[in-house]
Amino acid sequence: MKFSTYLTHITGVKIYPIISLLIFVVFFVLVIFWMYRLDKNEIARIENLPFDDQKN
Amino acid sequence: MNQEKFFYDNKIPRAFAIACIFWGVVGMLLGVIAAFQLAFPILNFSDYFPYLAFGRLRPVHTNAVIFAFVGNGIFTGVYYAVPRLLKTPMWNKALSLIHFWGWQFIIVCAAVTLLLGFTTGKEYAELEWPIDILITLVWVVFGINLFGTIFTRRERHLYVAIWFFIASWVTVAMLHIVNSFEFPVSFMKSYSWYAGVQDALVQWWYGHNAVAFFLTTPYLGLMYYFLPKAADRPVYSYRLSIVHFWSLIFLYIWAGPHHLLYTALPDWAQSLGTAFSIMLILPSWGGMLNGLFTLRGAWDKVREDPVLKFFVVAVTCYGMSTFEGPMLSLKNVNAISHYSDWTIAHVHIGALGWNGFLTFGMMYWLIPKLFDTKLYSKKLASAHFWIGTLGIMLYAIPMYWSAFRSYFMMKAFTPEGQLQYKFIDIVQTVVPFYIIRAIGGTIFLIGVFIMVYNLIKTAKAGKFIASEEANAPALAKEYVAPANSIWHSLIERRPLLLLVLSLIMVGIGGLVELVPTFLIKSNIPTIASVKPYTPLELQGRDIYIREGCYNCHSQMIRPFRYEVARYGEYSKAGEFVYDHPFQWGSKRTGPDLARIGGKYNNVWHFNHMLSPSSMESATIMPSYPSLYENKIDKASTISKIHVMRKMGVPYPDGYEAIANQDLDKQANEIVADLVSTDKHIKISSDKEIIALIAYLQRVGRDIKLEEKNK
Repeated sequence: MKFSTYLTHITGVKIYPIISLLIFVVFFVLVIFWMYRLDKNEIARIENLPFDDQKN
Repeated sequence: MNQEKFFYDNKIPRAFAIACIFWGVVGMLLGVIAAFQLAFPILNFSDYFPYLAFGRLRPVHTNAVIFAFVGNGIFTGVYYAVPRLLKTPMWNKALSLIHFWGWQFIIVCAAVTLLLGFTTGKEYAELEWPIDILITLVWVVFGINLFGTIFTRRERHLYVAIWFFIASWVTVAMLHIVNSFEFPVSFMKSYSWYAGVQDALVQWWYGHNAVAFFLTTPYLGLMYYFLPKAADRPVYSYRLSIVHFWSLIFLYIWAGPHHLLYTALPDWAQSLGTAFSIMLILPSWGGMLNGLFTLRGAWDKVREDPVLKFFVVAVTCYGMSTFEGPMLSLKNVNAISHYSDWTIAHVHIGALGWNGFLTFGMMYWLIPKLFDTKLYSKKLASAHFWIGTLGIMLYAIPMYWSAFRSYFMMKAFTPEGQLQYKFIDIVQTVVPFYIIRAIGGTIFLIGVFIMVYNLIKTAKAGKFIASEEANAPALAKEYVAPANSIWHSLIERRPLLLLVLSLIMVGIGGLVELVPTFLIKSNIPTIASVKPYTPLELQGRDIYIREGCYNCHSQMIRPFRYEVARYGEYSKAGEFVYDHPFQWGSKRTGPDLARIGGKYNNVWHFNHMLSPSSMESATIMPSYPSLYENKIDKASTISKIHVMRKMGVPYPDGYEAIANQDLDKQANEIVADLVSTDKHIKISSDKEIIALIAYLQRVGRDIKLEEKNK
């Protein structure tokens, strides 16, 4: 049986795309919000991770 | 804190690097041969054997460059960078070895089977089902090894390069599995689970995202590691890289339908593809600028250091193709570019510039490190840089030119309202561009040979360091997050959460795009006169797929005056409901075949396949003499019909038993017609050419019947 048959049986399947859009918008707002609140020292440490092997 | 001693293994990165360069040379060489074949059909050698004809060679070229060259390039970078970023060796040496040899085995299997004609007929996913399963297994081994390493790490924070690797791993797994749903008919033959419009949508959702998550995101991971290393300064903006990552993986997955503009795909899906493609400019350019700005204050180094030269052009090419891509997804631009050499130019800016140059830069940086020495010759590397750049330009410019030239010729009408040029006129005028392109490709390849020489000399001058000692404290069990850290740093510390979120991101995009087409019947209007293929036509279709005809011929007429006038009534979604797989194609080196049925008589096809130039002197199509020798594989008819019915093609119950009788009957009719039209023709009805003629005469006829019945 085609898998679409199962999908048609989900009640209110049409709301799913709207919910997912909302999830994404919220997620992105949070990412950007978080981005500005990052601690500068922490960034400096993380940015330099690729260079850690040279220090050893 | 106690320092723990451990060793980074360099053998696996070296092995992948060698494989990457070796397959790169092979893949590019095949590309050069294929390019010359388009200008000089004699190079198909098809009078002697069928294995090297363009239709079979081109998929080997594309697969070799994508999965062998770039694939091994990704693994080189991952196996070098990930342990160092996480301060731990790769989790399991045996898995690393299985991954390495498994991947090389797959590549060899792919090359052999594709040349032998075993193909699913879906671009960039041509490999048959046993190899698909093998790919899945090796990919899982890679995943286990990657996550094993992540879980045993000594650095809590996952650097941005690793996010890209994780997202690439999970998305490629999803794409490969969804697109490879196929029903085996025999050991090396299967039919796509999906048909027609749905198959096309899944295929280009896959095709587009294979570009995104195999050629782009893992290479962005490499960029975020090797560019700072080579420039000896951290990435320009770590903040930007966070936004780059999430927005890129989110938007990319939706853009697939832009490969199907003006086709029989439902309009809403086309618009969705366009909208998301335009949005993609932002994250792509954010990433590009992040790469370029990393060189802030270090531009003087770019003059000296060949590694940085390669990186700068690679990132610039990334910027160019990610600007061009969204432009190509605008419907009016796409009308010009689709099926034309423009697409070929576009992908080669990406493949030669972005993937090629980034790989070369990485190798020039990495090989001296692995061998504890300096690069043998900076001058040679600089020469490679300039030769490579010239090669890219000589490749791309003729292709752009040819695309516009053929577009204007295709759409030219005489004042009387007739098409001004025949298709063959257009072919003839672009052949010189094919020659220049092939020369451009050759020059690029010469550059690669210079690199190979330079790197071998470098390796010989140094001493290979099989493993590097390092020290780091173990990961503290009880971790206290810094005071101002919030939820995203949580994600960055939790690889599984990152994996799941990435999967949700790409999964939902994929579902929203794919599911409605499967759900709503009105997307694929049924046409009463469209009937399943007869057994002979089905066998003929499989020959069409085997010979890779779709590499040069589309089966999709767009609703433009100049296409309808040239090829016939534009294609409807309902015409393809029994096409497992779809054969719309993506490039018209030859004319569209969607309405070829009934256009010429059987004798024309018979003579044309034997010697195309006897029917059209300027043609660049190879001949197919083996079809006149090989017998139709009638033993397979039963299982083919059976599998088709399983997938919903309405053959009557028990039709398998009599299918071959129908096949013989139709074949005899075609032979009778051939002989009665041309007395010189001698052919028996069990030869493959008869099946192919039956198929070609069927393509696109159902609609014509519908119109007659009106």
